[in-house]
Amino acid sequence: MRGRKASAGLSRVQVLDRAEISRALERMAAEILERDPDPNQLYLVGVQKRGVPLAQRLAALVERASGRRPTVGALDITLYRDDVGPWRPAHQQPVLRATSLPEAIDEKTVCLVDDVLYTGRTVRAALDTLMDYGRPRAIRLAVLVDRGHRELPIAADFVGRTVPSARTEDVQVRLAETDDDEGVWLARETR
Amino acid sequence: MPVAPATGLRGKDLVGIDPLSAGEIQLLLDTAEQMREVAERPIKKVPALRGKTVVNLFFEPSTRTRFSFEVAEKRLSADSLNFAASASSVEKGETLIDTARNLEAMQPDFIVIRHRYAGAPHRLARILKASVINAGDGAHEHPTQALLDALTIRLHRGTLEGQVVAIFGDLQFSRVVRSNVLLLSRMGAKVRVGGPPSLVPPGIEQLGCEVYHRMEDAIAGADVVMMLRIQLERQSRVNFPTVREYYDFFALTPERLKLARKDCLVMHPGPMNRGVEIDSRVADGPQSVILEQVTNGVAVRMAVLYLLAGGQGEPASD
Repeated sequence: MRGRKASAGLSRVQVLDRAEISRALERMAAEILERDPDPNQLYLVGVQKRGVPLAQRLAALVERASGRRPTVGALDITLYRDDVGPWRPAHQQPVLRATSLPEAIDEKTVCLVDDVLYTGRTVRAALDTLMDYGRPRAIRLAVLVDRGHRELPIAADFVGRTVPSARTEDVQVRLAETDDDEGVWLARETR
Repeated sequence: MPVAPATGLRGKDLVGIDPLSAGEIQLLLDTAEQMREVAERPIKKVPALRGKTVVNLFFEPSTRTRFSFEVAEKRLSADSLNFAASASSVEKGETLIDTARNLEAMQPDFIVIRHRYAGAPHRLARILKASVINAGDGAHEHPTQALLDALTIRLHRGTLEGQVVAIFGDLQFSRVVRSNVLLLSRMGAKVRVGGPPSLVPPGIEQLGCEVYHRMEDAIAGADVVMMLRIQLERQSRVNFPTVREYYDFFALTPERLKLARKDCLVMHPGPMNRGVEIDSRVADGPQSVILEQVTNGVAVRMAVLYLLAGGQGEPASD
């Protein structure tokens, strides 16, 4: 599975395969429980769109380890982005997806879950979105991949894999729930 | 086969349903469906349109539509300015353009316009940099009303395709019917329209609908019945003998509603003339979704503002 796949001026290097994603999530679930041992207080909130299946997987793993399934929610941060407006390519607004927080987040320990941590701007938007829903006891951040290049003072509490990358590269996360295969790739245009 | 949503709106304006593709309509409805959730939040406001200015330019009286736009603008954090003009001050065509140029000098991002003359929003769209949204132009179009009606049907039925929708009442003076027929037929619904012969404009079937003259025939087996308001204020002469007679032949009564599908939705764009085109027992009955239409109106207008804020597309042509 591993190695370079060159096609149409694009080189892709796989950095995580399906089994490695599973192992990374298992370790992250254990770390989440170590930090906040009471799953009744824990609220896993996935950021649309690939954070949502990741939050569901982490919830299942937390349940397996503790016997109690934490609350799971989905958050769409589109309306809180800092790049909505006429400076985007013409007529292309980001697609709105569902936000669903089945229980109030007040006094809970919310763990935001996303696939890739990059500039930190999505997390900033997610924090602002969450604050409009209530006052959690604490907010943590879990990401499958941290690729660096932060533009805001934001850090993850739980990281699946740190992937050093160049800004010109593209980190591609594909999950069985949202895509037709699963893995993490580092892609770069070649000339 | 459901229509795939477009990636964005092509135009800078929303002057009508007619210029929209099925994919653009799908995108508007998908976005509106998600916008509904904002109203359920503890803080019913998101920052998406912070710093944007919207001028609500209403040359005709309107409570519901103007209010709905204003709520949508506030939920998205835009700044709203309300300009209520009496129709008499704009009788001369020049004045509308002058008013618009003056407003443009204040650099608004959106102009929401309602005007008694068909085509007024198109005219503004061509000369202004701001995005123009048609909130009703004469008897021409009322696109956000058609979108909110479609969203209401879709939320109950999952799709518009194949739905039999009967629209009944004053077709002559209704912009709602034009926009609705255009939208519903474009999305694969089967549209039946009807009303007293004096209020059915010739050639309306060219919009993509079938014309019925007996209400019972139009309603038979329908999935949705949409009643239009008898617009007494728009009629220069009386087109039917009495209100009582109108009720007898053309009102949606519990007896007539029995001819439709058992779970047929009852809709009305409002404001209702109770006891004229719709019986109170139906308007307040279990099949009525009239108040949901109002709620969905806010979500639809939020979606329109949000999607038009995405970039400067082509100005509308007429």
